[in-house]
Amino acid sequence: MHHYADEISIVFGGAAGQGVQTIADALVKVLKRNGYYVFACTEFMSRIRGGSNSTEVRITGKERKAYVRGIDVLVALNAEAVDHLEERIGEATLVFAEKDHVEGKEIKNFIDTPFAAFAKQAGSPVFSNTVAVGVVLGLLGISLDAFLAYLSVQFASKGEEVVAKNVKAAKLGHDFGTETAARNRIQVTIKPADTSPDELLIDGNTALGIGTVAAGCSFISSYPMSPGTGLLTFLARRADDFDIIVDQAEDEISAINAALGASYAGARAIVSTSGGGFALMEEGISLAGVTEVPVVVHIGQRPGPATGLPTRTEQGDLNLSLYAGHGDFSRVILAPGSFVQAIELVQRAFNLADKYQTTVFVLTDQFFLDSVASVMKSEIVRLPVERHIIRTDRDYKRYRLTKNGLSPRGVPGYGDGIVKTDSHEHDESGHLTENFGVRRKMVHKRLQRLEQLSREALLPERFGPAKAGSLVICWGSNRGVLEEALERLKRKDLAGLHFSQLYPLSPEISGMLDAKNVIVLENNATGQFADLLNRDAGVRVSRKILKATGEPFSVEEVVEALQERQHE
Amino acid sequence: MNNMTANPFDMQGKDINWCPGCGNYKLLDAVKDAFYELDLDRRNLVIVSGIGQAAKLPQYVNANMFNGLHGRALPVAMGVKLANRNLVVIAESGDGCMYGEGGNHFLHAVRRNYDITVIVHDNMVYGLTKGQASPTSRMGMETSLQFNGVMLEPFNPVAVSLALNAPFIARASAGDGEKTKAIIKEAISFKGCSIVDIFQPCVIFNKINTYQWFRENTYYLPDDYDPTDRKLAFEKAIETEKLPLGVIYRHEGRELYEDLLCITHIPSYEHEISEKAFEKMLEEYR
Ligand SMILES: Cc1ncc(C[n+]2csc(CCOP(=O)(O)OP(=O)(O)O)c2C)c(N)n1
Ligand code: SF4
Ligand SMILES: [Mg+2]
Repeated sequence: MHHYADEISIVFGGAAGQGVQTIADALVKVLKRNGYYVFACTEFMSRIRGGSNSTEVRITGKERKAYVRGIDVLVALNAEAVDHLEERIGEATLVFAEKDHVEGKEIKNFIDTPFAAFAKQAGSPVFSNTVAVGVVLGLLGISLDAFLAYLSVQFASKGEEVVAKNVKAAKLGHDFGTETAARNRIQVTIKPADTSPDELLIDGNTALGIGTVAAGCSFISSYPMSPGTGLLTFLARRADDFDIIVDQAEDEISAINAALGASYAGARAIVSTSGGGFALMEEGISLAGVTEVPVVVHIGQRPGPATGLPTRTEQGDLNLSLYAGHGDFSRVILAPGSFVQAIELVQRAFNLADKYQTTVFVLTDQFFLDSVASVMKSEIVRLPVERHIIRTDRDYKRYRLTKNGLSPRGVPGYGDGIVKTDSHEHDESGHLTENFGVRRKMVHKRLQRLEQLSREALLPERFGPAKAGSLVICWGSNRGVLEEALERLKRKDLAGLHFSQLYPLSPEISGMLDAKNVIVLENNATGQFADLLNRDAGVRVSRKILKATGEPFSVEEVVEALQERQHE
Repeated sequence: MNNMTANPFDMQGKDINWCPGCGNYKLLDAVKDAFYELDLDRRNLVIVSGIGQAAKLPQYVNANMFNGLHGRALPVAMGVKLANRNLVVIAESGDGCMYGEGGNHFLHAVRRNYDITVIVHDNMVYGLTKGQASPTSRMGMETSLQFNGVMLEPFNPVAVSLALNAPFIARASAGDGEKTKAIIKEAISFKGCSIVDIFQPCVIFNKINTYQWFRENTYYLPDDYDPTDRKLAFEKAIETEKLPLGVIYRHEGRELYEDLLCITHIPSYEHEISEKAFEKMLEEYR
């Protein structure tokens, strides 16, 4: 007897090129159409064919945004998938696979599933992915309607025959799944959330892309590097609809300099890269600092140093963005914890960049970007586009000294003035100078805005009990996993705090960190944010829960890490 | 020209950092006069430069300026041009900046072919950092760093541009103000990525390639030279005995990057979000 009342985790494993992603995409869409909360995340190797990849699809009674280690149902498309996922296969895991894929392996709940035979029966071995989705839907007790509708759209261009064969494959799989459920007394009674009229299904790249479009971004120049490429691709696809200039740069140095040129001329510009690519952009960040040209930088983090693990996840580039560029100047670092938040934060990033004439970083990571989750359309926030561009007059001076250090921003060709911007230290008119008095004023001018930025900083969001002796801090993509772990733990002495703005920190946060025990949870090896909290807010961190294997934290892992402490 | 009427591109009372006698002065005059004679509106003119002695030029011109980083004039210039194609964009820098530190950008600027004019002050040396070899230094030249003489063959910007099918390639010599001005005017008027390599004597660090050397080792292409013949241009580009001056290659066939990207004439500071497209996009994720 297997009964899943609140949630179920289904994992598809196979080689690159076998269609693991295609299956998961189809299933997730069908589940969403049936009104379920779904969350999917993917781990894959840095190769195009072969290897071992997997996608986890969670169906949950509540909205969830985290990876779980435990597998309730595994659909293994090859023998390697079973080996690859061995540690995650438990006593209760139902393993659907061809018999010869599990030969010699001890699996308690193995279900011999003739994917290939069904596919052949439907007309060709290529239909085995369709069979797999059918099996899972049958198992879940979900009707085939939505899937059949999906298939007829998906394969419409390939003709009626192909659609018909897919339908047959889906039915064969579905019947098998239904029978298996009955025979093994498998019951899934998770209630659909019934949010479908308002529900969108997106991945992290799309969330960022929607935010970027909503911000009125008009320029991106970038050089492909996983996992930063997704945003570039998204904007390229939308370039015509939204008049966005999309340039594939010859290298990251070019990308950031082009973005600054475009921004100087009045565009809202972004670059998207990963830590390794960003390392090449550093001189550009310094240039943005001295020229006060606004720019938004998206870093999709992956494990370093150097090439590291190209397709894996990490939160290891906080220090890189915090310290990037020589000299002292301002910057802002944001890190969204959910897709809805990402959409809003990107808009905020552009507004801050324009208002404060500074660089705003948006940090995400592979886990976040490749995850798929439901987003309620009504929750998508639109911020007004605030440009702060003025029409220049004849006496315009780009770096006019003002009380708050911010000079009205003009752009070339708009007004009667001329706009001179300079990477050298410069005077108010933008001409290079070596006058020490001017230098002193300009250094102050460029740093002054940090204070205003910290007053405007987003406060961390707290969850769990209102008063707790221990506070677990996380940032960026770890919000979902910490929230869920705390819910599982149900402890009165343990609360969570999620930071979506990492720098500068609000002066108010010292007061929010009143707990005796401050624990920091980060996907990196040294606790970069813990160090920053200590540096800028004087927070004494009593414990760091860190992980830098290239995998995201699982809910179980965080629960265990927090339990450990209780026993001490 | 300069002496007759005030040139609106002149900067009043600016202390110029170049050494007396430097070829950059003549080049500055040629550039400003070209702007004036082309009747450019200084509000719509952006001069982008990198770092070096040459790169200081826009500091001394009354027009918009983005004086960026060493080697990075071209990416910035591209960003400016794409963000507002109504602007006239000039990228101006030294041989080290354009062909050394910025070499990759140079290749790809020509490949993209957006409408800018690239003016390279080719003094065959690193002036600002006090006399090391540049990519165009002649073999054998002794410097404070190459004390046994430059060992490598010089970079040939004309041949490289030709290989990339740059639509406009010219070479000038700063010593000849009038002719240089005429070439710059033609380059700016040309729609596309125009490359102008200008020999510029550095009187302090290059004692070999002097005003006299350039006079003796260059010649102007004859009036009957056909600049549209790419093969012929190649022959000219690889001549070493005497170096040809003038418009070496020009052809109208290449499309502009801004056209290929379908960029409109609405400057991006006026960019607006299409709400209809936004709504439609969200619906795709149902
Ligand atoms: C990234 C970087 N590397 C090195 C330098 C130092 N630097 C400044 S100008 C220059 C070379 C200048 O040579 P060139 O571009 O030919 O200009 P010139 O001074 O001869 O006009 C160098 C190496 C720098 N400013 N930035
Ligand atoms: S060092 Fe050479 S290039 Fe620089 S200003 Fe002096 S003469 Fe001109
Ligand atoms: Mg030089």
